[in-house]
Amino acid sequence: MKKKSRFARYSFQDKALLMVGYILLGLFVVAIVIPMVYIIVASFIDPVTLQNKGITFDFSKWTLTAYERVLSNAQIWIGFKNAVIYSVVFTFVSVLITMLAAYPMSRADFRGRKFFNVIFVITMFFGGGLIPTYLLISNLKLLNSMWAIILPGAFSVWNMIIARTYYQGIPGELREAADVDGANEMVFFFRILLPVCTPIIATLSLWQFVGMWNSYFDAMIYLNDSAKQPLQLVLRSILIQNQPESGMISDMQSTAERAQLAELLKYATIIISSLPLLVMYPFFQKYFDSGVMAGSVKG
Amino acid sequence: MSTSTKKKDAGLHNSLVYIVQHWQLYVFFLLPALALTIIFRYIPMGGILIAFEKYNPIRGILGSEWVGFKHFSRFLSSPDFLSYLGNTLKLSVFGMLWGFPVPILLAFLLNRIESKGIKKKIQLCLYMPNFISVIVLCGIVRIFLSVTGPVNLLLGTQINFMTMPEAFRTIYIASGIWQGAGWGSIIYTAALSNASTELKEAAVIDGANIFQQIKAVEWPAIKATVIIQFIMQAGNIMSIGFEKAYALQTDLNMASSEIIATYVYKKGLLDGDYSFSTAVGLFNTVINVILLVAVNKIVAKMNDGQGL
Repeated sequence: MKKKSRFARYSFQDKALLMVGYILLGLFVVAIVIPMVYIIVASFIDPVTLQNKGITFDFSKWTLTAYERVLSNAQIWIGFKNAVIYSVVFTFVSVLITMLAAYPMSRADFRGRKFFNVIFVITMFFGGGLIPTYLLISNLKLLNSMWAIILPGAFSVWNMIIARTYYQGIPGELREAADVDGANEMVFFFRILLPVCTPIIATLSLWQFVGMWNSYFDAMIYLNDSAKQPLQLVLRSILIQNQPESGMISDMQSTAERAQLAELLKYATIIISSLPLLVMYPFFQKYFDSGVMAGSVKG
Repeated sequence: MSTSTKKKDAGLHNSLVYIVQHWQLYVFFLLPALALTIIFRYIPMGGILIAFEKYNPIRGILGSEWVGFKHFSRFLSSPDFLSYLGNTLKLSVFGMLWGFPVPILLAFLLNRIESKGIKKKIQLCLYMPNFISVIVLCGIVRIFLSVTGPVNLLLGTQINFMTMPEAFRTIYIASGIWQGAGWGSIIYTAALSNASTELKEAAVIDGANIFQQIKAVEWPAIKATVIIQFIMQAGNIMSIGFEKAYALQTDLNMASSEIIATYVYKKGLLDGDYSFSTAVGLFNTVINVILLVAVNKIVAKMNDGQGL
């Protein structure tokens, strides 16, 4: 006998209730998809038409000019290059330090575990704040250096707790087997422990990479040199401050034309800058749940 | 020698033996994290002293003139104080009231979708906005709400939403839900998948309606997660982020968009008033710690002594 679907077994009231719920869910999905589609389409529209009528599917009004202008701008590429460097270095340093520190903190026999735990956890709730941190970075001569945005946030206590919880879920026999072979701690850690931790490493890497890629505050206060600015700061001047990079619109004659073109460039800039993460993230989707599960277990 | 000191010595001796034997755990594993914590977290805590000084960069933190609570009273007695505090609190409290239930509702709905394929496609859409940066999100909001933007084209109006103080909070909170609710539902979806399917089947066979099922099966499965999330969000009410508020600020919506975090930045780094800015920041942090402890206590009382 064919198994009845769960929906068919609901009572009439329950079905009505569920339908209302699904419609709301559908509306939420539509509210996410429509703006995205609009931006994609708008990025191809001729600037005058875009301003007066919005998007159109009359393809004679379509143009690639926005992409040509944005992609031929050097500052966008510098921003991309910097963002990749900062995000990759930050992710590597951060995940390595966090995974290392979580290992002794996960061992019941580790002397000083409680003491170090208190030292770390205090920093989750209390800190010096903006100016004292800025003065420190300045005294360390790290202004205008990429380490100013990488080192202060490289060790995350929260991620350490998640990694620690993950280690604690790994059977102890793994360690006992390694002890028999006389492996020392470093060999055990890199050869035996880390390889069974790929889900948590992938999750933390994704979080750290996305976090660094998308942030702008630290770069805004510590990196003044335009050659060092990451993508988000370049985007900030185009999207928020309404200051397109020089050369993007300067060949236009009238102010009106420049304003229209600047508006169009925003759409193309949004697409170009968001595409890398949006294309990559579905490949990481299988790690989302495992990471969240690890994090939801109290440390 | 008394027995207790002997015991102490033995304990100390054991610890030393342990540390010598396991020196790698301290040097290779713990030290990098510890060094970063001390340098970038604890040393700035010492820098808080400048909140009580007339800080002079040349004389340094220890050489500057001591002024006590002058900066605090200046901030607390200024007419802007209540406005910034109010903006900060309203933004996060309303943001939480509107935003907190949405991910839970999404998780309940997702949990009842039977087709795995459809569920996965919906989740793919729901998670997507999380990967858009704050700058791009605020850029999109600004474009859509501009005088010539699609929202005005659609309505046939010419309203400049970004210059309206009364629109700022709605814009901030609604865009926050748009971006974060889907991602926030993951943790509840994961907790719901742990709910016993047998229990669920039994409830269905017993003829329980949806509300009864949720009460008996689903709510117990996510209760602990909901409480933890609530404590964490409520405890962070004062630490509402700088990045988004700053990116949505315009000269004209300042009456509701200037929050403590943006004020600290402007006073400190743009005006160079280091001591005053540090005092305002410290005020914010202290309130945040008090809130966190209070919320944790309240929840622990309601939840049979189980806090965070």
